Amino acid sequence: MSDRAQHYYVPQPSHWMIFGSAALFCMATGAASWLNGWEPGRYIVFAGLAILAFMMARWFGDVVRESEGGKYGRWEDVSFRWGMSWFIFSEVMFFAAFFGALYYARLIAVPDLGSLDNKLLWPDFAAQWPTAGPVFKDPFTPMAAWGIPAINTLLLLSSGVTVTVAHWALKEGKRAQLALFMFFTVALGVTFLCLQAYEYGHAYSELNLKLSTGVYGSTFFMLTGFHGFHVTVGTLMLTVILARCLAGHFKPENHFAFEAVAWYWHFVDVVWLGLFIFVYWL
Amino acid sequence: MSAVIDSGHAHDEHAHGPYGGVMRWVTTTNHKDIGTLYLWFSFTMFLVGGMLALAIRAELFQPGLQFWHPEFFNQLTTMHGLIMVFGAIMPAFVGFANWQVPMMIGAPDMAFARLNNWSFWMLPVAATLLVGSFFVPGGASAAGWTIYAPLSTQMGPGMDLAIFALHIMGASSIMGSINIITTILNMRAPGMTLIRMPLFVWTWLITAYLLIAVMPVLAGAITMLLTDRHFGTSFFNAAGGGDPVMFQHIFWFFGHPEVYIMILPGFGIISQVIPAFSRKPLFGYSSMVYATASIAVLSFIVWAHHMFTVGMPTAGILFFMYATVLIAVPTGVKVFNWLTTMWRGSMSFETPMLFAVGFIFVFTMGGFTGLILAIMPIDIQLQDTYYVVAHFHYVLVAGSLFSLFAGFYFWVPKWTGRMYDEKLGKWHFWLSIIFFNVTFFPMHFLGLAGMPRRIPDYALQFAGFNEIASIGAFAFGLSQILFLWIALKVTVLGRGEEAGQRPWDGADTLEWTHLPSPAPYHSFHEQPVLG
Repeated sequence: MSDRAQHYYVPQPSHWMIFGSAALFCMATGAASWLNGWEPGRYIVFAGLAILAFMMARWFGDVVRESEGGKYGRWEDVSFRWGMSWFIFSEVMFFAAFFGALYYARLIAVPDLGSLDNKLLWPDFAAQWPTAGPVFKDPFTPMAAWGIPAINTLLLLSSGVTVTVAHWALKEGKRAQLALFMFFTVALGVTFLCLQAYEYGHAYSELNLKLSTGVYGSTFFMLTGFHGFHVTVGTLMLTVILARCLAGHFKPENHFAFEAVAWYWHFVDVVWLGLFIFVYWL
Repeated sequence: MSAVIDSGHAHDEHAHGPYGGVMRWVTTTNHKDIGTLYLWFSFTMFLVGGMLALAIRAELFQPGLQFWHPEFFNQLTTMHGLIMVFGAIMPAFVGFANWQVPMMIGAPDMAFARLNNWSFWMLPVAATLLVGSFFVPGGASAAGWTIYAPLSTQMGPGMDLAIFALHIMGASSIMGSINIITTILNMRAPGMTLIRMPLFVWTWLITAYLLIAVMPVLAGAITMLLTDRHFGTSFFNAAGGGDPVMFQHIFWFFGHPEVYIMILPGFGIISQVIPAFSRKPLFGYSSMVYATASIAVLSFIVWAHHMFTVGMPTAGILFFMYATVLIAVPTGVKVFNWLTTMWRGSMSFETPMLFAVGFIFVFTMGGFTGLILAIMPIDIQLQDTYYVVAHFHYVLVAGSLFSLFAGFYFWVPKWTGRMYDEKLGKWHFWLSIIFFNVTFFPMHFLGLAGMPRRIPDYALQFAGFNEIASIGAFAFGLSQILFLWIALKVTVLGRGEEAGQRPWDGADTLEWTHLPSPAPYHSFHEQPVLG
C-alpha cells in the first residue's frame, strides 16, 4: 500500500447532480398524476427523462474528460472497480426480489389456492403452473421456451463472446478488431431487443398472454421486461463505449469504462440464463 | 476542468470551494459539507415526524375522537413511521458516515464525491413527495409504514407518491452505501488494516452491505405494488393466483435487515464514546466486529417473525423463532463488552457519555422486549398491540436516536472547533431519557392489556396510561427544541469555548490525534502512515 500514489482525485463542485434531482421530481410527480388520470402528467415525465438524459450526458462527459485527461491513476481505478461491482450486486438483489416472487407464487401461493383450504371458495381451481389464478377465465397460451427465447439465449451468449474478443483486441492494441467486435456486440444486443419486442407482440396478439394474465403474466412480463430494460441500458452503454473506441479512447493497460460495461453486459447475460431456465423452460 | 482540486495540494485559500451562498451547498463535493446537509435535513425531518407523533398523542390523550378522523389518524401513523425511518434516522447516520469515515480512516474525502452529492440531493425530493402527499386527493398513504397489500393496492395518489418517494430514498441509500463501502475498502491510510479500523467504520461497512442487499428488494416489492395498483398485475391478488402474504415476505426480507441498518451504526458510535470516557481501550474489539457481522448475517434469516399470526408451517415458525432468539447472543456480546470497557475505567460523565450509558440501559430493555416478542406463543398475544410499539420505540428512539445524540455531542467539537453548552447538554439528556420513559414505558402495560396499535380511539380502561404517555410525548418533543438551540448555538452561531484538538482525553482515533479542531475543509492532504 505504501508505494501507491498519495493523491486521490477529488472533483470540483459540480452542477449536474441537482439536475438529476429535478429530473426525479418531475418523473415522480408526473407519473403519479398520469397514473391517476391526469393525462398531461405524461409530459412532465418526458421532461424529467429529458433532464435526466441531459444530466447524465454532462456528468459522464466530465468523467470521460477527466479520465482521458489523465486525472485518474491506479488508486481511483480501484474505486471504480469496487463501485461497479457493488452496483451490479445491488442489481442482482433487485432481480432476486422478482425471482423470489416467481418461486413464491409457484411453490406456495398457487398450490395453496388449490388446496383443501380453498375448495369451498374455488372448487374447480386446479393448482398447476402456468396459471392466471382461480378467477380469470380468459384462456391463454404460455410462452414456449424453444422458439425465440432459445434464439435469444444464443444471441446473448454470443454477445458475451464478442465483447470478450473486443476486450482482447483492446488489450493487444488491435483497434480495428476492437471496433468490429464492439459493433457485433451492439448489433447482437439490438437484435435481441427486436426479437423480444416481436415476442411481446406475439404474446399479446396471438397467445392472449398479457401483463394482466394473472400471476403467470405478471411474473413473465415483469421479469423479462425488467431484463429487457437492462439490455436496453446495456446496449446504450455499449454504444457509448463503441463511440469512444472509434474516437480513440482507452489504452491497452487502462480502460475501466470498457470493462465496467462488459461486466454489466455479462450480468445481464447471466440474468437471462436464469430467466430462460425458470421463466421459459421449467 | 482546469482548476481541479487535487487533494494532494493545499488549497485552503479555497476553503469553501469556488461557490458561495446557496450554490456552495447545491454543488458541493466535499464530504463535510454533504455530511452537514444530511444532518440538518435529518433533523428537520425529525421535527416534522415528531409533530406527526404529537398529533397522534394528542388524539390518544383521551378515549373518543378528539381531533382527527380515523382515516387521517392512519395517515399520521403511516407518515410518522416513514418519515422517521427514511427521513430522520437513516440520513442522520449517513451524515455521520460522511463526516467521520474519511477522517477516521485517514482519507482525503469520499471515494465518489459527486455521487455523494447526488445521494443527498435526492432526499429533499423524496421528502417533498412524502410530505406533499398529505395534500393530494385522498390524502397521504394510510396503510402503515409497512404498506401491506391489499390495503396499499387500494389507496389514492398519496400511495403512489409514497411509493416513488421510497424508490428515490432507496436509490439514495444504495448510492450512498456503494460510496461508503468503496471509501472504506480503498481509501484507508497505509497501516490502517481492516482489523484496526475504528468500530464506527466497521459498523458502517457492515450496514452499507445490508443496505445494498435489501434496498433493491424493497424497490422490487413496491414496484410490484405499483404494477398491481395500475397495470393489472396480480402479484398480491389471490384472484389472479398471487398472494397478499407474499408482499409481507418480500417486505420483511427488506424490513428486518432495515432495523439493523438503523441500529448498527449506533452501536458503532457507542463503541467510540464508551472507551473515550472510560479512558480505556474498547474491551473485546475483534469480538465486537464479529458480533456486528453475525447480527447482520442473522438479520437475513429472521424476517418471518414479523408474521407469526399470518400463518405458516410449524417448522417455519420454529425456525424463525430460534433464529431470532439467536440474535441475542451477538447482541449480548456487545452489551457485555461495553460494560466491561467501563469496568474499572477512569470514567467521566459528559453529555456524550450520559447518552451512551443511557443508551445501553434503555436499548437493552428494548432488546429484552424483542426477545419476548420473538417467542411465538407470546407474540400471538402481543402482535399489533402497543407492546410492539413500546418495543420498537425503545430500540429506535432510545437506541438509534440516543446514539445519534451521543455522536453529535462527541464529535461536534471536532466539526466546529467549539464545545457545546455542557450544562444544557446534560439538561437535554435528562429531559430526554426521563420523558422518553414516561412516554413509552406505559405502552408495555397497554399492550399487555390488549390495546391494539394504529387506532384513534380505545376502550376506557386504557385511558390512564395513554394520558401519561401523551404528557410524556409532549415533554419529550419540547426537550428536542432545547437540542435545536444547543446545536444552533455551537454550529451556526459559533458560540462556546475553544475545543482544542483533543477535548476528550480518552479519544484516540485519527480525527482526534491527527487533525486540528475544527477539522480542515479537506481532511488529509497527505495520508497519515500508521505504525
